[in-house]
Amino acid sequence: MSVPPASPARQTRSALALWGERAVELLIRLSGVSAVLFVFGIFLFVFIEGAPLITDLDWSKAIFSPDWYPTSRENVRYGVGAMIIGTLSVTGLAMVIAVPFGLGAAFFVSEFCSGTLRETLKVVIELLAAIPSIVWGFIGLSVVNHLIQRFLPAPVGLNLLNAALLLALMSVPIIVSIGEDALKAVPDSYREAALALGATRWQIAWRVLLPAARNGLLAAVLLGVGRAIGETMAVLMATGHAVNIPTSLFDPIRTLTATIAAELGETAVGSPHYRMLFLIGLMLFTITFAVNLLADLAVRGVRRQ
Amino acid sequence: MADLDPNRPDRSPAADADRPSPPNAPTSRHLNPPPPAPLAPSITARALNLWYAGFQALHDVTVDIQHGLITSLIGPSGCGKTTLLRCLNRVNERYGYVTTRGEIRILGKNIYDPDVSLIELRKSVGMVFQRPNPLPISVYENVVFGLRIHKERAELTRANLDEAVEKALTEVGLWNDLKDRLGQKATGLQLEQQQKLCIARLLPLKPQVILMDEPCSALDVEGTRAIEELMFALKGHYTILIVTHNMAQARRVSDECIFMLMGKIIEHRRTEELFLNPRHPKTAEYIEGRYG
Repeated sequence: MSVPPASPARQTRSALALWGERAVELLIRLSGVSAVLFVFGIFLFVFIEGAPLITDLDWSKAIFSPDWYPTSRENVRYGVGAMIIGTLSVTGLAMVIAVPFGLGAAFFVSEFCSGTLRETLKVVIELLAAIPSIVWGFIGLSVVNHLIQRFLPAPVGLNLLNAALLLALMSVPIIVSIGEDALKAVPDSYREAALALGATRWQIAWRVLLPAARNGLLAAVLLGVGRAIGETMAVLMATGHAVNIPTSLFDPIRTLTATIAAELGETAVGSPHYRMLFLIGLMLFTITFAVNLLADLAVRGVRRQ
Repeated sequence: MADLDPNRPDRSPAADADRPSPPNAPTSRHLNPPPPAPLAPSITARALNLWYAGFQALHDVTVDIQHGLITSLIGPSGCGKTTLLRCLNRVNERYGYVTTRGEIRILGKNIYDPDVSLIELRKSVGMVFQRPNPLPISVYENVVFGLRIHKERAELTRANLDEAVEKALTEVGLWNDLKDRLGQKATGLQLEQQQKLCIARLLPLKPQVILMDEPCSALDVEGTRAIEELMFALKGHYTILIVTHNMAQARRVSDECIFMLMGKIIEHRRTEELFLNPRHPKTAEYIEGRYG
């Protein structure tokens, strides 16, 4: 490419500025790519640690059997069926509580309040998201535990319901903030159109915003689900941590995450038990990956409209 | 209200009794016979003042809009024409910082009375927006949206709704194009069809007034022509008020024309008179294109 000779009057940039810019660009590029590297690296690490057991394991038994006896002397059994059911039931119950609350709050913050109230609510909800999960665990252990024992016909307070309540409270902030974003992304012209036709705020919310923001709201719920599935500390403290297929709200359960947290420190590196825990990690990885992928697809669906 | 004086001496040229038709008046009203002499104005505003927070956007607007005619609102950007339009169904008020003083009577009822139901008001005063804004639901549901939110569930039989959809879409000339695609999402239609649909969805509610806020500004020439023809077809049944930046359009479509400037009504007369023989020098300069 032929470049016309620069006129002498024009200032050129110093070599430092030029190289500085390139360096900054490289740095930014690296930090962008690093996210991919880390995700990949973590997956690889978990996979490699668990891999030797993959072929040795009777998978149908491992996934469906509720018998988890990793340290038995005579008959070691690695059945995670009860934990899968535990994780799914506590997540499901948490969502039953969190979705109506979260979406309701998202609608309230986005459509039904304004000014200081809205700003205050948003700050407080974000604070709720910032509470460390160990603190939620405390609350489950010392507050919800006693409340359940006192007011509900439950023999123990550390159970499915307790953990689901905590998980619900932990997922609500995510559902609210993502859901509110989804509602905010609905073009104002839709609201105005419905308003000019004489719709009330309720009718606008129900008949216009809900269909218009459907995908974004779905993504909010799915990210809430992802949060609940991956949560460890609070459920470890609040579920009762008993390998048990729950038959009622008041049964103690155990989740996949809590099992890893509780047992990994007790196993010998490289032992089958150790590898099994990594395989559980792989399962969790797969579940959360699927959920996040779904959420992402849902959000993309919004953009395509 | 202290500033409410219906007999203000200035600026009420609305109902000029004499209307000699100039010989070379635009002959665009060929679709309908000339409307009969109006019995009463359909909309009357008296001493209407409006503030957006501290900024006064309307100053003492007093005007009579004739029933069954098309009235256009013209004027440079920021002159308050859209604001005036949005007062008539009170959608201005969705922003909390709007203060309105004065009176607007639509079919004899002051819409700023405390007992007025906004829902009923907006049912009888429909609005078409600058950008076509069909709702992100099916064509069918767009048309019956008004019925769904205003009628009892018992009245919403399938047959009633189907009939309303066919009637409304026929009236705006979309039925033949869309009758096989009623389940399609309305936001995927062509812009012109979207805008017609936005007009069609007002009709099942049987509005008395249709407000149009630059309804053709997002459309091409063909779309504009189609909407204008639709306006002629609707004239007589509805009082139509159209805000437009396009003076040629005001001249083509409207029976009466209101020229606004800085939140005030400068001139309001029969369209052909306003364009051929403006009384106010500001009007003359504007329609000559000296500013705006």
